[in-house]
Amino acid sequence: MKETNALKDQLYAEESDHTSKGLQRRNFLKLAGGGLAGVALLNFASCAKDDGPDDMNGSGLYFGSGDIAILNYAYALEQLEAAFYIEVANKPFSGMTDLEKQLLTDVRDHEVAHREFFKAALGRGAINSLEFDFSAVNFSSRDSVLGTAKVFEDLGVSAYNGAGWLIKDEQYLLLAGKIVSVEARHAAVIRDLISNGSFANSEVIDGNGLDVSNSPTAVLQAAAPFIKSKVDVRDLPTY
Amino acid sequence: MNLQNIFESISQVDPEFNERISPRRQAIRNMFNIGQKVSLAALPFALSALFNKAYGQSAPTDVNGVLNYALTLEYLEAEYYTLGSNRVGLIPSGAAAEAIRTIRDHEIAHVEFLKGVLGSNAVAKPNFDFTAGGAFANVFSDYDTFLALAQAFEDTGVRAYKGQAGILKGNRVVLTAALQIHSVEARHAAHVRSMRRARGGAAANQKPWITGANDSGIGAAVDPVYAGEDNLEQGGVNITTLTGVSGRFTPAIATQSFDEPLTAPAVLDIATLFIEA
Repeated sequence: MKETNALKDQLYAEESDHTSKGLQRRNFLKLAGGGLAGVALLNFASCAKDDGPDDMNGSGLYFGSGDIAILNYAYALEQLEAAFYIEVANKPFSGMTDLEKQLLTDVRDHEVAHREFFKAALGRGAINSLEFDFSAVNFSSRDSVLGTAKVFEDLGVSAYNGAGWLIKDEQYLLLAGKIVSVEARHAAVIRDLISNGSFANSEVIDGNGLDVSNSPTAVLQAAAPFIKSKVDVRDLPTY
Repeated sequence: MNLQNIFESISQVDPEFNERISPRRQAIRNMFNIGQKVSLAALPFALSALFNKAYGQSAPTDVNGVLNYALTLEYLEAEYYTLGSNRVGLIPSGAAAEAIRTIRDHEIAHVEFLKGVLGSNAVAKPNFDFTAGGAFANVFSDYDTFLALAQAFEDTGVRAYKGQAGILKGNRVVLTAALQIHSVEARHAAHVRSMRRARGGAAANQKPWITGANDSGIGAAVDPVYAGEDNLEQGGVNITTLTGVSGRFTPAIATQSFDEPLTAPAVLDIATLFIEA
């Protein structure tokens, strides 16, 4: 866990002089890590080592550069969410209500639609399908499924919020905007299923009324434990 | 004069300005490098009343214009939820009242945030008439009407921010902040929609996401809020031609999956209904 903390600190060192905001972000990451058995950041550390010669030899899925890389980044996240909710719908947790089933099936279909859209839009520029590892999720447990869903949805919102300014093409930016608000709707619903009224609580909304925003690097780091495939994001715009 | 000069002037008067608009000083520098120019000529406009009928026909063209446009919408929402929360007996106590207070506090925070960013360029709050000249006469006495209008405002807000993304493109600080507000509005919209569903009646089948054009159950009065939400084509791809888990995506799923933008004139036409002349 020492390494986890070191990475977190390094990641947010820039913000360390702005205590409240810095703390809020740390709490968010802690939250993200908590649901994931605390392995997220540790796994990223080993991933980071792969970011050298191996990937230079083309052994990872190359995202491309510029806007294409950002679209592939979004495509990767949508693949992750789609794969997760397909599993959720296939193996309903015990006690899933009709309303929950309906909502989670809708969310699955939205994520699959996003995934298929990116695949079609990227055409030959699209990365291959990623493989995922959901072994940390207990799909028969409502708490485990919704807890993971919350992490994914909040993370997805923060990813689009944080990548918007990196997008050069206005049409791509607008498309990201069309998707992120749907992800935010999902996040609200999942949060309310866990605890009614938590749709936009202080875990994710700061004192200025602003939602979370994360860099591509921070998002991929949080998602890393779930992604089995090796990715090459060396030219992905980030900060 | 460019945006950097403006921000520097504001910073002299208000030393905490940079911290308020961004937690990272570096981000501010970055924005200057991108160099969104704001001409001096734009400033008097920013000081004038935003919602003059004359202005209602034209869209913001620069960063300050977008921020003032956003501020006006946030004024509207903040006042709406403040009045609603204060009206005894309107909102059931418990979870409902708590949720409306949460939303109210975010809208107030958005107003304060945008005023802080705009400084002396911030437009003044207009006078609102939430009955829209009597069309929603019971807005503060009937809970279902109150929630219906709340949903219309939230869904409009989500669309309004989206519609301005192009002007803010590449602007690390302002675009990011706008996106961070935008997703909060979407969270609100989803929750208010769920609150309405729980009430049953005309909203019994309301989903947290928007299905087609005007799924609100409110009626034609809010058609302009949902105009274009039935769009099936994204970036040249018709979503219903793609294959999902069980065959082609239905128009319902295709439209739920993407929220559509609304142009500034369309948003202003809606907002003007609630602004006293």
